[in-house]
Amino acid sequence: MTTPVLSVRDLTVSFPSEAGRVDAVRGVSFDVAAGRTLGIVGESGSGKSVTSLAVMGLLDENARVGGSVRFEGEELLGKSDVQMSKIRGNGIAMIFQDPLTSLTPVFTVGDQIVEALTVHNPRMSRRAAWSRAVELLKLVGIPRPEDRVKSFPHEFSGGMRQRVVIAIAMANNPRLIIADEPTTALDVTIQAQILDLIKTAQRETGAAVMMITHDMGVVANIADDVVVMYAGRPIEQAPVDTLFADTRMPYSIGLLGAIPRVDTSEKQPLVPIKGTPPLLVDLPDACPFAARCPIVTDACRTAEPELVAVGGDDRHRAACIRAEEIRAGRIDGGPVYPLPEIPTSTLESVPRDLRNPTLEVENLSKSFPLLKGSFRKKKVGEVHAVKGVSFDVREGETMAIVGESGSGKTTTLLQIMDFATQDDGDIRIVGTSVADVKGGRAERQLRRDVQIVFQDPVGSLDPRMTVFDVIAEPLRTVGTPSAQVGPRVDELMGLVGLDPSHSDRFPAAFSGGQRQRIGIARALATNPKLVVLDEPVSALDVSVQAGVINLLDELKVRLGLSYLFVAHDLSVVRHIADRVAVMYLGSFVEHGEVDAVFDDPQHPYTQALLSAIPVPDPVAERTREHIVLTGDLPSPTDSIQGCAFVSRCPLYQTLDDAERAVCDTKVPALSGRTGVHVNACHHR
Amino acid sequence: MATDPSMVDPLAEAETAPPVVEPGQRKRLSKWRLYGRRFTRNRPAVGGVVIFVLLVLFALFGPLFAKYDHVELDFLALSDPPSPEHWFGTNNAGNDLYAMVVVGLQRSLLIAVVVATGTTILSAVIGTAAAYFGGRIERVALFVIHFLMVAPTFLLLAMMSNSSGGDWKVIALVLILVSWFFQARTIWTLSLSLREREFVHAARYMGVPGLRIVFRHLIPNIGSLLVINFTLGVVGAVMAETGLSFLGFGVKLPDVSLGSLIGIGASSISSSPWMFYFPAAALTLLTVSMALIADGLRDALDPTSAAGGRA
Repeated sequence: MTTPVLSVRDLTVSFPSEAGRVDAVRGVSFDVAAGRTLGIVGESGSGKSVTSLAVMGLLDENARVGGSVRFEGEELLGKSDVQMSKIRGNGIAMIFQDPLTSLTPVFTVGDQIVEALTVHNPRMSRRAAWSRAVELLKLVGIPRPEDRVKSFPHEFSGGMRQRVVIAIAMANNPRLIIADEPTTALDVTIQAQILDLIKTAQRETGAAVMMITHDMGVVANIADDVVVMYAGRPIEQAPVDTLFADTRMPYSIGLLGAIPRVDTSEKQPLVPIKGTPPLLVDLPDACPFAARCPIVTDACRTAEPELVAVGGDDRHRAACIRAEEIRAGRIDGGPVYPLPEIPTSTLESVPRDLRNPTLEVENLSKSFPLLKGSFRKKKVGEVHAVKGVSFDVREGETMAIVGESGSGKTTTLLQIMDFATQDDGDIRIVGTSVADVKGGRAERQLRRDVQIVFQDPVGSLDPRMTVFDVIAEPLRTVGTPSAQVGPRVDELMGLVGLDPSHSDRFPAAFSGGQRQRIGIARALATNPKLVVLDEPVSALDVSVQAGVINLLDELKVRLGLSYLFVAHDLSVVRHIADRVAVMYLGSFVEHGEVDAVFDDPQHPYTQALLSAIPVPDPVAERTREHIVLTGDLPSPTDSIQGCAFVSRCPLYQTLDDAERAVCDTKVPALSGRTGVHVNACHHR
Repeated sequence: MATDPSMVDPLAEAETAPPVVEPGQRKRLSKWRLYGRRFTRNRPAVGGVVIFVLLVLFALFGPLFAKYDHVELDFLALSDPPSPEHWFGTNNAGNDLYAMVVVGLQRSLLIAVVVATGTTILSAVIGTAAAYFGGRIERVALFVIHFLMVAPTFLLLAMMSNSSGGDWKVIALVLILVSWFFQARTIWTLSLSLREREFVHAARYMGVPGLRIVFRHLIPNIGSLLVINFTLGVVGAVMAETGLSFLGFGVKLPDVSLGSLIGIGASSISSSPWMFYFPAAALTLLTVSMALIADGLRDALDPTSAAGGRA
């Protein structure tokens, strides 16, 4: 093995805080060799981002950094900011998470690439720099780079901006590229493009890549070696195949078990890791995972285990005193994590047609007027956010709508929640048409039956109200006598797995997962028939996410709820939903029973969407065929004559002219086995 | 609709439900007790309260110790420095300055608190309601606000208070009318982002009526701004009233306020400085105490402050 490009030894980072010294990183060591990719996985607060910032020398001034970071044999710690800026962007390049904020809005992308070039190559002529910029944009797959080089960042979509960021990172042929959650803010089809692009960038420059992510699927897709971090320490470190095939540390096992898989149809409960990560202040000399570990022993609480080689393989190291007993996620013949039991509903034995519908949506449409003019606004066109969507949700059933951002799935939800009267259709909630709801009293009556859980657990709870008041609000709104409110709130807190005695605290005192549970408790307060879930788990860490998904599963069965679930994460949808609709540009392109759609996708968009999701299994990931869609979602302001998917459709490329003409001119309707599995493609 | 037998009513289903705590068995810490506890931990804020309470007590009970009435003239002591007879000295007409400061403080406190309360409430309600309801209500509210912003309000204020003959109630009312709209506009812009927050949507989808959302969700969430506005309102009202009195449009003799006393005292600061320093000291204590209180309140009310939403 050649000398590593980056060699980190015993890196420690601590920050002062009012509560005491926060040890964000506590002894991280790894090497990254040229042409290799190291994945650093961990949940929020595990110290993975701080590690990358420490390597870049971008930490706050009050941070105390110890250990050693050697880049091509040169010690980086202790270098001044001026010395570091010679290396940053030249030897080491960074790709940040949010492409919307990592480009300066007031300069063209060309200017920004040229700046990156000329800063480190003062002798480079402007002409040479500009032609190199065009070359780089071409390399990262931006169409018409000669024109686009003069465009401003806001003229690019999120995925395109991330390409520009990668172009800037590649500009000076770096030896090390650090990518900090580069695809988290992007849609799956775009994520697949960007991951491919990072691989391309690595091939072109021969650089080492340090990939920081929370997504095990991304790691399986791109990494050669993996470091799993927990509470500021690596707790397992191995080549990617070994890590996934022979996981030794209970936390890594938990992380893998907590992710729903898009490629398996059997429904078994996810494995949640109970509890929350420890605060990194005054950690005792014990395994930081001990409080959450299902196989904890007394020895775990007396000393923090070292990261040692396991299974006789020097490259596979784990920090667990029972690592040798654990083989591939199992210990003493049983799984490390006992599977939680989810009761099955008696409703499932009732045929779907015989169950009462809780929500019927017929031909729902929503368009926003395009206004022009500063003084007198004139309507110059319409944006069709949702076009002719119809579906129904039955008792005890979960219906999921999936789609990329901008597909209109949230608008559909909000239309239902707004009780928006439809010109040429209807929304019926438990048999009551929203067109018949007149006046505040009737509306409140209907709102008892339908409640919503929002995506953002931070934003959906009023920070000024105690949890008691938050959960009591719907009860008071429907006029529950105040003597009953107290016991009901306690009961709801218990129902979602929270301690009722904590209800006098403010939402800020709870973790993200707990806040989402509070949001669910609030939604359940009035005993609704239908709960609308708007991306309820996408803002949560995986281990916490699993707990919330299990809770939703359990509540559905216990309370006989119906869910209307909106998500962009297909793995979660596959796990939780009974029926699924795939949405593209405001219309359903495929709709049916979840296994039928996932196992036998018909529409080319669904096929691409499913293949774009990285699976947390490196072997399967390598052999899977990825359909990478080109381009972005077309703007909804464009008027499209025929099929909306034509511009990105892989099937369209293979058709002959006559077949293409159909796609170009005729809007496809949903066809297939009605009620079971339908799709909107002329040729499927 | 027909209820399926497997549908479980969580109120009825006792065996799977968690142990329900009897109501009243455990005292729930109320929000206000929590705020109180956090406020009292802040030393300067408590100091501010102490100063403010002392000032109020002084204004209320000061007259009991006064040997003279504030309109009474002592011709044996014209422009006398502080003495055992006249604790704060006298002015050139022989008025006892102690009595005048006490009465002036009463007047100024009353005007300041009334004006600050009035502007804060008016601006909060109009600003948030305009933002939440949107549409016509918003257009009308903004039109009024923008109109008042360009109207020469100080002139209006001077004319109206002058024609009222220096009645403090009219002055307070006019001060409210000419000072609410700047704050209302700031609150409107802040509430615009607030109304898009998910908890406001959540409340709407629960069926909470609009006005109650405004009072329960929007206004508490701009609470710290309102507190700052209130303090600045107190200081601003005292300043405006001082300015008016200085120009001769404010509180008129025989009624006095701290503003008018400072106005008179400033003109004779070299010959009889006590006439300036005593009312000025009272004014300074008033504004400083308000600033300290505001700081403490903001830390106590703000969930993102150092206390971090904890008790």
